[in-house]
Amino acid sequence: MIPVKLRVNGTTELLDLDPRVSLLDALREHLGLTGTKKGCDQGACGACTVLVDGERIAACLALAVQYAERDITTIEGVGQPGRLHPLQEAFVREDAFQCGFCTSGQICSALGMLAEHRAGMPSVVTPDVSAEDIPLTEAEIKERMSGNLCRCGAYEGIVDAIEAVAGEGVR
Amino acid sequence: MRPFSYVSAPDLPAALDAVAAGARPLGGGTNLVDLMRADVERPEALVDVTALPLAGVDELPDGGLRIGATVRNSHLAADKRVRSRYPVLAQSVLAGASGQLRNMATVGGNLLQRTRCPYLRDHAVGCNKREPGSGCAALDGVHRGAAVLGTSEHCIAAHPSDMAVALAALDAVVEVQSVRGTRRIPFCELHRPPGATPHVETTLAPDELITAVELPAAPLARNSHYRKVRDRASFAFALVSVAAALEVRDGRVAEVRLALGGVATTPWRAREAEAVLLGAPATEETFRRAAAAELEPAAPRPDNAFKVELVQRTIVATLRQLAGGRLAEGGAA
Repeated sequence: MIPVKLRVNGTTELLDLDPRVSLLDALREHLGLTGTKKGCDQGACGACTVLVDGERIAACLALAVQYAERDITTIEGVGQPGRLHPLQEAFVREDAFQCGFCTSGQICSALGMLAEHRAGMPSVVTPDVSAEDIPLTEAEIKERMSGNLCRCGAYEGIVDAIEAVAGEGVR
Repeated sequence: MRPFSYVSAPDLPAALDAVAAGARPLGGGTNLVDLMRADVERPEALVDVTALPLAGVDELPDGGLRIGATVRNSHLAADKRVRSRYPVLAQSVLAGASGQLRNMATVGGNLLQRTRCPYLRDHAVGCNKREPGSGCAALDGVHRGAAVLGTSEHCIAAHPSDMAVALAALDAVVEVQSVRGTRRIPFCELHRPPGATPHVETTLAPDELITAVELPAAPLARNSHYRKVRDRASFAFALVSVAAALEVRDGRVAEVRLALGGVATTPWRAREAEAVLLGAPATEETFRRAAAAELEPAAPRPDNAFKVELVQRTIVATLRQLAGGRLAEGGAA
Protein backbone atom coordinates (compact mmCIF):
# COMPACT_ATOMS: atom_id res chain seq x y z
CA MET A 1 0.00 0.00 0.00
CA ILE A 2 1.15 3.53 -0.76
CA PRO A 3 0.07 6.66 1.11
CA VAL A 4 -1.46 9.06 -1.44
CA LYS A 5 -2.63 12.63 -0.85
CA LEU A 6 -5.49 13.26 -3.28
CA ARG A 7 -6.74 16.84 -3.58
CA VAL A 8 -10.30 16.55 -4.84
CA ASN A 9 -12.66 19.50 -5.25
CA GLY A 10 -10.44 21.58 -2.98
CA THR A 11 -10.25 19.05 -0.15
CA THR A 12 -7.11 17.01 0.57
CA GLU A 13 -7.72 13.37 1.45
CA LEU A 14 -5.02 10.98 2.66
CA LEU A 15 -5.57 7.47 1.33
CA ASP A 16 -3.62 4.24 1.62
CA LEU A 17 -3.82 2.74 -1.86
CA ASP A 18 -2.71 -0.37 -3.69
CA PRO A 19 -0.94 1.00 -6.79
CA ARG A 20 -3.45 -0.93 -8.93
CA VAL A 21 -6.30 1.35 -7.87
CA SER A 22 -7.41 3.62 -10.68
CA LEU A 23 -8.21 7.25 -10.02
CA LEU A 24 -11.78 6.38 -10.94
CA ASP A 25 -12.04 3.67 -8.27
CA ALA A 26 -10.29 5.89 -5.71
CA LEU A 27 -12.92 8.58 -6.31
CA ARG A 28 -15.91 6.25 -6.31
CA GLU A 29 -14.98 3.46 -3.88
CA HIS A 30 -12.60 5.21 -1.48
CA LEU A 31 -13.98 8.75 -1.40
CA GLY A 32 -17.65 8.01 -2.17
CA LEU A 33 -17.75 10.47 -5.06
CA THR A 34 -20.02 8.44 -7.30
CA GLY A 35 -20.88 11.24 -9.70
CA THR A 36 -17.98 10.11 -11.87
CA LYS A 37 -19.17 7.02 -13.73
CA LYS A 38 -17.51 3.79 -14.79
CA GLY A 39 -18.63 2.88 -18.31
CA CYS A 40 -16.15 0.88 -20.37
CA ASP A 41 -13.22 1.05 -17.91
CA GLN A 42 -10.86 1.14 -20.90
CA GLY A 43 -10.76 4.76 -21.99
CA ALA A 44 -13.24 4.44 -24.83
CA CYS A 45 -16.48 5.99 -23.51
CA GLY A 46 -15.55 9.12 -21.54
CA ALA A 47 -18.03 8.52 -18.68
CA CYS A 48 -15.17 8.74 -16.16
CA THR A 49 -13.86 12.12 -17.37
CA VAL A 50 -12.54 14.36 -14.60
CA LEU A 51 -10.39 17.50 -14.62
CA VAL A 52 -6.80 17.44 -13.35
CA ASP A 53 -5.24 20.88 -13.03
CA GLY A 54 -7.99 21.98 -15.40
CA GLU A 55 -7.26 19.35 -18.05
CA ARG A 56 -9.70 16.57 -18.84
CA ILE A 57 -8.52 12.98 -18.50
CA ALA A 58 -10.03 9.48 -18.44
CA ALA A 59 -9.90 8.52 -14.75
CA CYS A 60 -10.31 4.81 -15.53
CA LEU A 61 -6.86 4.56 -17.17
CA ALA A 62 -5.19 6.74 -14.57
CA LEU A 63 -3.46 5.05 -11.63
CA ALA A 64 -4.46 7.07 -8.56
CA VAL A 65 -0.87 7.07 -7.24
CA GLN A 66 0.14 9.13 -10.30
CA TYR A 67 -2.21 11.95 -9.37
CA ALA A 68 -1.09 12.76 -5.82
CA GLU A 69 -1.17 16.45 -4.92
CA ARG A 70 -2.78 17.50 -8.20
CA ASP A 71 -5.98 19.55 -8.36
CA ILE A 72 -8.72 17.06 -9.25
CA THR A 73 -12.22 18.31 -10.05
CA THR A 74 -15.17 15.93 -10.33
CA ILE A 75 -18.77 16.72 -11.19
CA GLU A 76 -19.44 17.19 -7.46
CA GLY A 77 -16.98 20.09 -7.53
CA VAL A 78 -18.46 21.61 -10.70
CA GLY A 79 -21.87 22.28 -9.17
CA GLN A 80 -24.42 21.06 -6.66
CA PRO A 81 -28.24 21.03 -6.56
CA GLY A 82 -29.34 24.58 -5.91
CA ARG A 83 -26.13 26.06 -7.29
CA LEU A 84 -25.63 24.40 -10.64
CA HIS A 85 -22.82 25.40 -12.95
CA PRO A 86 -24.09 27.34 -16.00
CA LEU A 87 -23.16 24.35 -18.19
CA GLN A 88 -25.23 22.03 -16.00
CA GLU A 89 -28.16 24.46 -16.30
CA ALA A 90 -27.67 24.48 -20.07
CA PHE A 91 -27.72 20.66 -20.16
CA VAL A 92 -31.11 20.73 -18.38
CA ARG A 93 -32.45 23.53 -20.59
CA GLU A 94 -31.29 21.97 -23.87
CA ASP A 95 -32.44 18.42 -23.10
CA ALA A 96 -28.83 17.23 -23.29
CA PHE A 97 -29.38 13.87 -21.57
CA GLN A 98 -31.86 11.07 -21.21
CA CYS A 99 -30.59 8.40 -18.77
CA GLY A 100 -27.87 10.71 -17.46
CA PHE A 101 -25.13 8.11 -17.09
CA CYS A 102 -22.69 9.86 -19.44
CA THR A 103 -23.66 13.38 -18.33
CA SER A 104 -21.06 14.02 -15.62
CA GLY A 105 -18.35 12.94 -18.04
CA GLN A 106 -19.84 15.05 -20.81
CA ILE A 107 -19.87 18.13 -18.59
CA CYS A 108 -16.34 17.69 -17.21
CA SER A 109 -15.10 16.97 -20.72
CA ALA A 110 -16.84 20.04 -22.14
CA LEU A 111 -15.30 22.28 -19.47
CA GLY A 112 -11.85 20.92 -20.29
CA MET A 113 -12.55 21.25 -23.99
CA LEU A 114 -13.63 24.89 -23.66
CA ALA A 115 -10.41 25.64 -21.73
CA GLU A 116 -8.36 23.95 -24.47
CA HIS A 117 -10.11 26.05 -27.08
CA ARG A 118 -9.55 29.27 -25.11
CA ALA A 119 -5.85 28.37 -24.95
CA GLY A 120 -5.75 28.15 -28.76
CA MET A 121 -5.63 24.36 -29.18
CA PRO A 122 -6.51 23.30 -32.74
CA SER A 123 -8.35 20.09 -33.62
CA VAL A 124 -8.16 17.68 -36.52
CA VAL A 125 -11.02 19.48 -38.28
CA THR A 126 -9.35 22.90 -37.97
CA PRO A 127 -8.64 23.89 -41.60
CA ASP A 128 -5.31 25.55 -40.70
CA VAL A 129 -3.68 24.13 -37.55
CA SER A 130 -1.32 27.11 -37.36
CA ALA A 131 -4.22 29.59 -37.15
CA GLU A 132 -4.23 31.94 -34.15
CA ASP A 133 -7.98 32.31 -33.89
CA ILE A 134 -10.07 29.16 -34.30
CA PRO A 135 -13.87 29.61 -34.28
CA LEU A 136 -15.65 27.03 -32.10
CA THR A 137 -18.03 25.81 -34.79
CA GLU A 138 -20.48 22.93 -34.43
CA ALA A 139 -18.00 20.71 -36.33
CA GLU A 140 -15.24 21.70 -33.90
CA ILE A 141 -17.41 20.92 -30.86
CA LYS A 142 -18.39 17.52 -32.24
CA GLU A 143 -14.79 16.59 -33.02
CA ARG A 144 -13.46 17.82 -29.68
CA MET A 145 -16.19 15.95 -27.77
CA SER A 146 -15.72 12.64 -29.62
CA GLY A 147 -14.20 11.03 -26.53
CA ASN A 148 -17.62 11.07 -24.83
CA LEU A 149 -20.23 8.60 -25.98
CA CYS A 150 -23.95 8.97 -25.27
CA ARG A 151 -25.82 5.75 -25.95
CA CYS A 152 -29.17 7.54 -25.56
CA GLY A 153 -28.11 9.69 -28.51
CA ALA A 154 -28.58 13.09 -26.87
CA TYR A 155 -25.77 14.51 -28.96
CA GLU A 156 -27.78 17.34 -30.53
CA GLY A 157 -28.76 18.66 -27.10
CA ILE A 158 -25.21 18.25 -25.82
CA VAL A 159 -23.83 20.34 -28.68
CA ASP A 160 -26.56 22.95 -28.16
CA ALA A 161 -25.78 23.20 -24.44
CA ILE A 162 -22.06 23.60 -25.05
CA GLU A 163 -22.66 26.15 -27.82
CA ALA A 164 -24.91 28.14 -25.51
CA VAL A 165 -22.34 28.51 -22.73
CA ALA A 166 -19.38 28.90 -25.10
CA GLY A 167 -21.09 31.97 -26.52
CA GLU A 168 -21.45 33.39 -23.00
CA GLY A 169 -17.76 32.89 -22.21
CA VAL A 170 -18.58 30.52 -19.34
CA ARG A 171 -15.68 28.75 -17.59
CA MET B 1 -4.66 -6.97 -12.53
CA ARG B 2 -1.54 -8.60 -11.13
CA PRO B 3 0.28 -6.87 -8.27
CA PHE B 4 3.24 -4.63 -9.08
CA SER B 5 5.45 -2.17 -7.28
CA TYR B 6 5.27 1.53 -8.14
CA VAL B 7 7.81 4.29 -7.77
CA SER B 8 7.83 7.79 -9.20
CA ALA B 9 11.35 8.62 -10.39
CA PRO B 10 12.49 12.00 -9.00
CA ASP B 11 15.26 12.40 -11.59
CA LEU B 12 16.68 10.76 -14.71
CA PRO B 13 19.44 8.72 -12.99
CA ALA B 14 16.84 7.22 -10.66
CA ALA B 15 14.61 6.39 -13.63
CA LEU B 16 17.47 4.77 -15.54
CA ASP B 17 18.46 2.72 -12.47
CA ALA B 18 14.89 1.51 -12.11
CA VAL B 19 14.61 0.58 -15.80
CA ALA B 20 17.98 -1.22 -15.61
CA ALA B 21 16.60 -3.18 -12.66
CA GLY B 22 13.66 -4.32 -14.78
CA ALA B 23 10.94 -1.72 -14.10
CA ARG B 24 8.67 -0.72 -16.97
CA PRO B 25 8.44 3.03 -17.62
CA LEU B 26 4.95 4.42 -17.03
CA GLY B 27 3.83 7.57 -18.85
CA GLY B 28 0.15 8.41 -19.18
CA GLY B 29 -0.82 4.76 -18.82
CA THR B 30 -3.41 4.93 -21.60
CA ASN B 31 -2.12 1.75 -23.22
CA LEU B 32 -0.04 0.04 -20.53
CA VAL B 33 -2.64 0.21 -17.74
CA ASP B 34 -5.33 -1.04 -20.12
CA LEU B 35 -3.18 -4.00 -21.21
CA MET B 36 -2.23 -4.79 -17.60
CA ARG B 37 -5.91 -4.98 -16.79
CA ALA B 38 -6.32 -7.35 -19.76
CA ASP B 39 -3.42 -9.45 -18.39
CA VAL B 40 -1.43 -8.92 -21.59
CA GLU B 41 1.23 -6.79 -19.90
CA ARG B 42 2.54 -8.23 -16.64
CA PRO B 43 5.21 -5.90 -15.26
CA GLU B 44 6.36 -6.60 -11.73
CA ALA B 45 7.54 -3.02 -11.29
CA LEU B 46 6.56 0.32 -12.78
CA VAL B 47 8.64 3.47 -12.72
CA ASP B 48 6.56 6.59 -13.29
CA VAL B 49 8.58 8.90 -15.54
CA THR B 50 6.08 11.77 -15.70
CA ALA B 51 7.83 13.81 -12.98
CA LEU B 52 11.10 13.85 -14.94
CA PRO B 53 12.20 17.13 -16.54
CA LEU B 54 11.40 15.79 -20.03
CA ALA B 55 8.16 17.68 -20.65
CA GLY B 56 9.52 20.54 -22.75
CA VAL B 57 9.69 21.32 -26.47
CA ASP B 58 12.97 23.14 -27.09
CA GLU B 59 14.63 24.84 -30.04
CA LEU B 60 17.61 23.12 -31.66
CA PRO B 61 20.48 25.24 -33.03
CA ASP B 62 19.66 24.23 -36.64
CA GLY B 63 16.04 25.40 -36.40
CA GLY B 64 14.67 21.99 -35.50
CA LEU B 65 12.85 21.02 -32.31
CA ARG B 66 13.66 18.69 -29.44
CA ILE B 67 10.55 17.12 -27.93
CA GLY B 68 10.91 15.69 -24.45
CA ALA B 69 9.65 12.12 -24.05
CA THR B 70 7.04 13.04 -21.45
CA VAL B 71 5.48 15.91 -23.41
CA ARG B 72 1.78 15.11 -23.46
CA ASN B 73 0.33 14.51 -26.90
CA SER B 74 -2.06 17.46 -26.54
CA HIS B 75 0.74 19.84 -25.52
CA LEU B 76 2.76 18.77 -28.56
CA ALA B 77 -0.17 19.42 -30.88
CA ALA B 78 -0.82 22.81 -29.26
CA ASP B 79 2.78 24.00 -29.62
CA LYS B 80 2.81 26.94 -32.03
CA ARG B 81 6.23 26.02 -33.47
CA VAL B 82 5.03 22.49 -34.21
CA ARG B 83 1.83 23.80 -35.77
CA SER B 84 3.60 26.21 -38.10
CA ARG B 85 6.82 24.32 -38.92
CA TYR B 86 5.51 20.74 -38.86
CA PRO B 87 1.72 20.88 -39.40
CA VAL B 88 1.74 17.18 -40.37
CA LEU B 89 2.87 16.33 -36.83
CA ALA B 90 0.22 18.44 -35.09
CA GLN B 91 -2.46 17.00 -37.38
CA SER B 92 -1.34 13.41 -36.83
CA VAL B 93 -1.47 13.82 -33.05
CA LEU B 94 -4.90 15.47 -33.21
CA ALA B 95 -6.15 12.64 -35.44
CA GLY B 96 -5.42 10.09 -32.73
CA ALA B 97 -7.50 9.03 -29.71
CA SER B 98 -9.66 11.58 -27.85
CA GLY B 99 -9.09 14.86 -26.05
CA GLN B 100 -8.95 13.05 -22.70
CA LEU B 101 -6.38 10.50 -23.87
CA ARG B 102 -4.22 13.08 -25.64
CA ASN B 103 -3.98 14.96 -22.34
CA MET B 104 -2.61 11.80 -20.69
CA ALA B 105 -0.50 10.09 -23.35
CA THR B 106 3.18 10.98 -23.61
CA VAL B 107 5.33 11.13 -26.74
CA GLY B 108 7.55 8.26 -25.57
CA GLY B 109 4.56 6.13 -24.64
CA ASN B 110 2.86 6.82 -27.95
CA LEU B 111 5.87 5.36 -29.76
CA LEU B 112 5.82 2.20 -27.63
CA GLN B 113 2.06 1.55 -27.72
CA ARG B 114 0.99 -1.93 -28.75
CA THR B 115 -1.07 -2.95 -31.74
CA ARG B 116 -4.87 -2.91 -31.58
CA CYS B 117 -5.12 -6.24 -33.39
CA PRO B 118 -7.95 -7.81 -31.33
CA TYR B 119 -6.04 -11.05 -30.81
CA LEU B 120 -3.35 -9.36 -28.72
CA ARG B 121 -5.86 -9.25 -25.86
CA ASP B 122 -7.83 -12.40 -26.68
CA HIS B 123 -6.39 -15.10 -24.44
CA ALA B 124 -8.61 -17.76 -26.05
CA VAL B 125 -6.58 -17.92 -29.25
CA GLY B 126 -3.00 -17.64 -30.45
CA CYS B 127 -1.05 -14.42 -30.80
CA ASN B 128 2.68 -14.48 -31.36
CA LYS B 129 3.02 -11.02 -29.86
CA ARG B 130 1.31 -11.99 -26.61
CA GLU B 131 2.59 -15.58 -26.41
CA PRO B 132 5.54 -16.30 -28.73
CA GLY B 133 4.98 -19.53 -30.65
CA SER B 134 1.22 -19.62 -30.08
CA GLY B 135 0.37 -18.74 -33.69
CA CYS B 136 -1.41 -15.85 -35.38
CA ALA B 137 -5.19 -16.02 -35.18
CA ALA B 138 -5.50 -12.96 -37.40
CA LEU B 139 -4.23 -14.73 -40.53
CA ASP B 140 -7.52 -16.60 -40.96
CA GLY B 141 -9.55 -14.61 -38.47
CA VAL B 142 -10.67 -11.02 -38.09
CA HIS B 143 -8.03 -9.07 -40.00
CA ARG B 144 -9.86 -6.19 -41.65
CA GLY B 145 -7.67 -3.76 -39.73
CA ALA B 146 -4.42 -5.65 -40.24
CA ALA B 147 -1.33 -4.64 -42.17
CA VAL B 148 -0.54 -5.37 -45.82
CA LEU B 149 3.09 -4.22 -45.75
CA GLY B 150 5.94 -5.54 -43.60
CA THR B 151 3.97 -8.61 -42.53
CA SER B 152 5.23 -12.13 -41.93
CA GLU B 153 3.60 -15.54 -41.59
CA HIS B 154 3.87 -15.00 -37.83
CA CYS B 155 2.12 -11.64 -37.50
CA ILE B 156 0.13 -9.16 -39.59
CA ALA B 157 -0.74 -6.67 -36.84
CA ALA B 158 -0.79 -3.02 -37.92
CA HIS B 159 1.14 -0.40 -35.98
CA PRO B 160 -1.53 1.83 -34.43
CA SER B 161 0.16 5.20 -33.93
CA ASP B 162 -0.75 8.27 -35.99
CA MET B 163 2.01 10.43 -34.52
CA ALA B 164 4.66 7.87 -35.46
CA VAL B 165 3.67 8.09 -39.13
CA ALA B 166 4.39 11.82 -39.18
CA LEU B 167 7.67 11.28 -37.32
CA ALA B 168 8.70 8.67 -39.90
CA ALA B 169 8.08 11.21 -42.67
CA LEU B 170 9.98 13.96 -40.83
CA ASP B 171 13.26 12.00 -40.42
CA ALA B 172 12.98 12.30 -36.65
CA VAL B 173 15.71 10.97 -34.38
CA VAL B 174 14.92 9.17 -31.14
CA GLU B 175 17.22 9.78 -28.19
CA VAL B 176 17.41 6.92 -25.72
CA GLN B 177 19.36 6.72 -22.49
CA SER B 178 20.41 3.95 -20.16
CA VAL B 179 22.86 3.56 -17.31
CA ARG B 180 25.34 2.68 -20.08
CA GLY B 181 24.99 5.99 -21.91
CA THR B 182 23.04 7.80 -24.62
CA ARG B 183 22.14 6.56 -28.08
CA ARG B 184 20.43 8.24 -31.04
CA ILE B 185 18.25 6.11 -33.29
CA PRO B 186 16.97 7.21 -36.72
CA PHE B 187 13.19 7.04 -36.37
CA CYS B 188 12.70 4.37 -39.02
CA GLU B 189 15.09 2.06 -37.15
CA LEU B 190 13.18 2.21 -33.86
CA HIS B 191 10.38 -0.20 -34.76
CA ARG B 192 11.03 -3.75 -35.97
CA PRO B 193 8.93 -5.63 -38.49
CA PRO B 194 7.54 -8.86 -36.97
CA GLY B 195 9.60 -11.41 -38.88
CA ALA B 196 9.85 -14.58 -36.82
CA THR B 197 9.79 -12.66 -33.51
CA PRO B 198 6.66 -10.47 -33.47
CA HIS B 199 6.94 -9.94 -29.72
CA VAL B 200 10.19 -7.97 -30.23
CA GLU B 201 8.70 -4.71 -31.44
CA THR B 202 11.56 -2.24 -31.18
CA THR B 203 15.33 -2.06 -31.31
CA LEU B 204 15.48 -0.71 -27.74
CA ALA B 205 17.52 -2.71 -25.24
CA PRO B 206 15.59 -3.70 -22.11
CA ASP B 207 17.42 -1.08 -20.02
CA GLU B 208 16.87 1.82 -22.41
CA LEU B 209 14.45 4.70 -21.88
CA ILE B 210 13.27 7.05 -24.62
CA THR B 211 14.18 10.55 -23.43
CA ALA B 212 13.49 12.75 -26.46
CA VAL B 213 12.52 12.92 -30.11
CA GLU B 214 14.37 15.40 -32.29
CA LEU B 215 12.97 16.94 -35.43
CA PRO B 216 15.58 18.20 -37.87
CA ALA B 217 14.92 21.54 -39.50
CA ALA B 218 12.78 20.97 -42.59
CA PRO B 219 11.48 24.03 -44.46
CA LEU B 220 9.71 21.52 -46.69
CA ALA B 221 7.56 20.43 -43.74
CA ARG B 222 5.70 23.75 -43.68
CA ASN B 223 3.83 22.33 -46.68
CA SER B 224 2.87 19.04 -45.08
CA HIS B 225 -0.34 17.22 -44.24
CA TYR B 226 -1.67 14.16 -42.42
CA ARG B 227 -4.69 12.47 -43.95
CA LYS B 228 -6.44 9.69 -42.07
CA VAL B 229 -9.23 7.43 -43.31
CA ARG B 230 -11.25 5.60 -40.68
CA ASP B 231 -14.58 3.87 -40.14
CA ARG B 232 -16.06 6.79 -38.21
CA ALA B 233 -15.20 10.47 -38.35
CA SER B 234 -13.39 10.65 -35.03
CA PHE B 235 -11.84 8.63 -32.18
CA ALA B 236 -11.00 5.55 -34.27
CA PHE B 237 -7.79 3.96 -35.44
CA ALA B 238 -6.75 4.42 -39.04
CA LEU B 239 -7.79 2.09 -41.81
CA VAL B 240 -5.12 3.88 -43.81
CA SER B 241 -3.28 7.14 -43.29
CA VAL B 242 -0.73 9.24 -45.13
CA ALA B 243 1.81 11.75 -43.83
CA ALA B 244 3.35 13.81 -46.59
CA ALA B 245 5.46 16.89 -47.21
CA LEU B 246 5.97 18.18 -50.72
CA GLU B 247 7.77 20.89 -52.62
CA VAL B 248 7.02 21.43 -56.28
CA ARG B 249 9.35 23.62 -58.34
CA ASP B 250 8.88 24.36 -62.04
CA GLY B 251 6.23 21.68 -62.29
CA ARG B 252 8.44 18.96 -60.85
CA VAL B 253 8.70 17.29 -57.46
CA ALA B 254 11.74 18.99 -55.94
CA GLU B 255 11.46 17.37 -52.51
CA VAL B 256 9.09 14.91 -50.90
CA ARG B 257 8.59 12.93 -47.69
CA LEU B 258 5.94 10.24 -47.53
CA ALA B 259 4.95 7.79 -44.80
CA LEU B 260 1.98 5.46 -44.35
CA GLY B 261 -0.08 4.32 -41.37
CA GLY B 262 -2.72 1.65 -40.83
CA VAL B 263 -1.29 -0.48 -43.62
CA ALA B 264 2.02 -1.65 -42.19
CA THR B 265 3.48 -3.47 -39.20
CA THR B 266 5.69 -0.46 -38.45
CA PRO B 267 5.35 3.28 -39.16
CA TRP B 268 6.08 2.97 -42.86
CA ARG B 269 8.36 5.36 -44.70
CA ALA B 270 7.36 5.09 -48.38
CA ARG B 271 10.82 5.20 -49.95
CA GLU B 272 9.80 3.40 -53.15
CA ALA B 273 7.14 6.02 -53.80
CA GLU B 274 9.55 8.84 -52.96
CA ALA B 275 12.04 7.49 -55.50
CA VAL B 276 9.39 7.58 -58.23
CA LEU B 277 8.25 11.08 -57.24
CA LEU B 278 11.58 12.83 -56.90
CA GLY B 279 12.31 14.93 -59.99
CA ALA B 280 9.23 13.68 -61.83
CA PRO B 281 6.48 15.98 -63.18
CA ALA B 282 4.02 16.82 -60.40
CA THR B 283 1.03 15.17 -62.01
CA GLU B 284 -1.65 12.82 -60.83
CA GLU B 285 -0.20 10.21 -63.13
CA THR B 286 3.14 10.46 -61.31
CA PHE B 287 1.39 10.31 -57.93
CA ARG B 288 -0.49 7.18 -58.99
CA ARG B 289 2.67 5.49 -60.26
CA ALA B 290 4.47 6.30 -57.03
CA ALA B 291 1.65 4.91 -54.91
CA ALA B 292 1.52 1.75 -57.00
CA ALA B 293 5.28 1.24 -56.65
CA GLU B 294 5.04 1.43 -52.86
CA LEU B 295 2.19 -1.05 -52.67
CA GLU B 296 3.69 -3.47 -55.17
CA PRO B 297 4.95 -5.86 -52.43
CA ALA B 298 1.65 -5.67 -50.50
CA ALA B 299 0.48 -9.01 -49.10
CA PRO B 300 -3.18 -8.55 -48.21
CA ARG B 301 -5.52 -11.11 -46.66
CA PRO B 302 -9.10 -11.44 -47.93
CA ASP B 303 -10.69 -8.90 -45.58
CA ASN B 304 -8.04 -6.18 -45.70
CA ALA B 305 -7.36 -6.28 -49.44
CA PHE B 306 -9.36 -3.05 -49.78
CA LYS B 307 -6.54 -1.21 -48.03
CA VAL B 308 -4.20 -1.67 -50.99
CA GLU B 309 -6.42 0.46 -53.23
CA LEU B 310 -7.60 2.78 -50.46
CA VAL B 311 -4.10 3.80 -49.39
CA GLN B 312 -3.03 4.44 -52.99
CA ARG B 313 -5.99 6.77 -53.48
CA THR B 314 -5.20 8.46 -50.18
CA ILE B 315 -1.58 8.99 -51.20
CA VAL B 316 -2.70 10.59 -54.48
CA ALA B 317 -5.29 12.78 -52.74
CA THR B 318 -2.77 13.98 -50.14
CA LEU B 319 -0.10 14.81 -52.71
CA ARG B 320 -2.66 16.57 -54.91
CA GLN B 321 -3.71 18.71 -51.99
CA LEU B 322 -0.10 19.61 -51.15
CA ALA B 323 0.72 20.38 -54.79
CA GLY B 324 -2.23 22.77 -54.85
CA GLY B 325 -2.04 25.18 -57.76
CA ARG B 326 1.39 23.88 -58.77
CA LEU B 327 0.04 20.63 -60.20
CA ALA B 328 1.59 20.34 -63.67
CA GLU B 329 -0.43 20.49 -66.91
CA GLY B 330 -2.40 17.37 -67.68
CA GLY B 331 -2.49 16.71 -63.97
CA ALA B 332 -6.21 16.80 -63.37
CA ALA B 333 -7.77 13.36 -63.44
